[in-house]
Amino acid sequence: MTDMTLVQAVNRALRTAMTADPEVLLLGEDIGVNGGVFRATEGLLKDFGTDRVIDTPLSETGIIGAAVGMALYGLKPVAEIQFLDFIYPGFDQIVSELAKFRYRSGGQYPCHVVIRTPYGGGIKGGMYHSQSTEAYFAHTAGLKVVVPSTPADAYGLLLSAIFDPDPVMFLEPKRLYRSVTGEVPDGDVRVPLGKARTVREGTDVSVFAYGAMIPPATEACQSLEAEGISAELVDLRTLVPLDAAAVLASVEKTGRAVIAHEAARFCGYGAELSAILSEKAFFSLKAPIARVTGFDTPFPYALENLYLPNAARIRQGILETVKAG
Amino acid sequence: MTAASATELAPEDLEPIYRMMLLARTLDERCLTMQRQGRIGFYVPVMGQEGAQVACAWALDPKDWVFPAYRELGVALTRGVTPEELLDQFFGNSADRLRGRQMPNHYGYRDRNFVVASSPIGTQIIQAVGAAMAARRRSDPIVTIPFFGDGATSSNDFHAGLNFGGVFQTSTIFFCQNNEWAISLPRSRQTASKTLAEKGAAYGVPGVVVDGNDVHQVFRAVREARARAVSGGGPTLIEVLVYRLGPHSTSDDPRRYRTDAELAEWKKRDPIGRLKHEMIDAGTWSEEQDARLTEEVRAEIAAAVTHTESIGPADPLSFLDDVFASRTPALDEQRHQLEEMIRTGVVKP
Repeated sequence: MTDMTLVQAVNRALRTAMTADPEVLLLGEDIGVNGGVFRATEGLLKDFGTDRVIDTPLSETGIIGAAVGMALYGLKPVAEIQFLDFIYPGFDQIVSELAKFRYRSGGQYPCHVVIRTPYGGGIKGGMYHSQSTEAYFAHTAGLKVVVPSTPADAYGLLLSAIFDPDPVMFLEPKRLYRSVTGEVPDGDVRVPLGKARTVREGTDVSVFAYGAMIPPATEACQSLEAEGISAELVDLRTLVPLDAAAVLASVEKTGRAVIAHEAARFCGYGAELSAILSEKAFFSLKAPIARVTGFDTPFPYALENLYLPNAARIRQGILETVKAG
Repeated sequence: MTAASATELAPEDLEPIYRMMLLARTLDERCLTMQRQGRIGFYVPVMGQEGAQVACAWALDPKDWVFPAYRELGVALTRGVTPEELLDQFFGNSADRLRGRQMPNHYGYRDRNFVVASSPIGTQIIQAVGAAMAARRRSDPIVTIPFFGDGATSSNDFHAGLNFGGVFQTSTIFFCQNNEWAISLPRSRQTASKTLAEKGAAYGVPGVVVDGNDVHQVFRAVREARARAVSGGGPTLIEVLVYRLGPHSTSDDPRRYRTDAELAEWKKRDPIGRLKHEMIDAGTWSEEQDARLTEEVRAEIAAAVTHTESIGPADPLSFLDDVFASRTPALDEQRHQLEEMIRTGVVKP
């Protein structure tokens, strides 16, 4: 085990996968010589060469389309898109091609591409370096969507993603890249996709969050302990496939649910979670489900601290839910 | 037989090429009829482009990877896909390799290195470049060949594909069938470029224009491009000049946007008639042989249709498979719900 930051854990996972399997390769903008704008691929060019760490022209549809072709041929490409906000020129390749190849070919052409991309706000990045649009991808059949919140999970989930038979959107909370550290295993130790993680156990209310919302949600839950409120925090980790069993089990125990995400509220991922809880845990609920989310606006630059849910807003959401019933 | 390295077609290959073109035309006509009869839901005819497609596919190696659009019937047949297999896809029956998932003409056959098509225009161009990058990583001496039309040269992925192909010097043959019409938009309105092939220059990719109704020219251009590609010389953009004699699809009425005179002019250059007369002039073919072959091909297609129509429909629950390598809990649940709805008669397969 080694103590490291989340971005270092991403780097280590890439290195572990590339060492284990010569068919794993990376492509993206500025990932080679420059080591990536966030340094996630630092040092990999030197150790694996230009055949496996490929600096591409500035074209997201080019990066993703080429990765699709590589995967059809049998390689395991990991594409980096510099910011989730810039992925849209490649959206057609993701939703029309990558997500549908296995299905549309009747199983003849699996297409296991991993797309790594930093997402989310809190770094003064304005509306084009801050958005949290995971719902677009979660809504598309055929894509797995993974969001780590700790170095250990970034490491173990990325390894699972690279060796998964299906395409994976791997969304990295850029705000946590260097603000969280933790122990990361040394070998090829994977965290399975589709399994949520209980961050802390509780009995009065369940809080569901992922990615950069985990630190403020943890803080909110801890602060309520002194007031006698026992909050359970579940880190979803994988949005698709959702660990619905863990979500339902938690609410059946606590009877209350609060959902936190930084994405806009309307049709955000929390809407689906809320619908599932209403359909399947309605009779366990003692209070209405609460959502603590971003606003239904583009992402504001100067006022991002008002847009993003923080510990105080999550705390308020929990308190109101507990008081409601 | 033409040698694998030859750039000229051997005379004895002309008859099997002609037969393949005739097979494509006959299947095409039969499918248009079946669509009008309501026996298949939709169809995209290839009529007029058979020569370019068969000659191109003839020049390829079975290990090369074809990235088709949805109008590549001549290529599929030449790659060894049978009329029965194609018809299974058009009917979406239980023998369909695609399990009834796609509209007619969007077929794919992994065992023929014929990647499955999609409807969005041009997406396969950059994918073919990625596959060529992968082939190089594995030291496979093959080419990848995306097929697309004049309309696709305006797409994002044409630009991305040519640009990546040039930068990474991939073993890719960009095979553009300029059939003059992108649904209703004429070639002259697709781009101000004089030719489509000249677009290659902007990417450092050599471009050539050939008469697509001449199987010799097409074969030669593809063989030359292939030889350059597998020897590390990079990609080529080939523009073949053809004409879409039929509608864009069975949902299209070309009389709204083009003249009968234009169609009549191009019909005179029909690649099938052209090759037939070439062989007759060379003394290797006769009208009697032609009549016999026409009958033989017609019977082959009729038998294939009879066979396909005897095959049952796709399994109703199968559309919940292949979203992922294995069904997620949510898909399992939805499959169970569908099963119940079928069992109780709420929905009928």
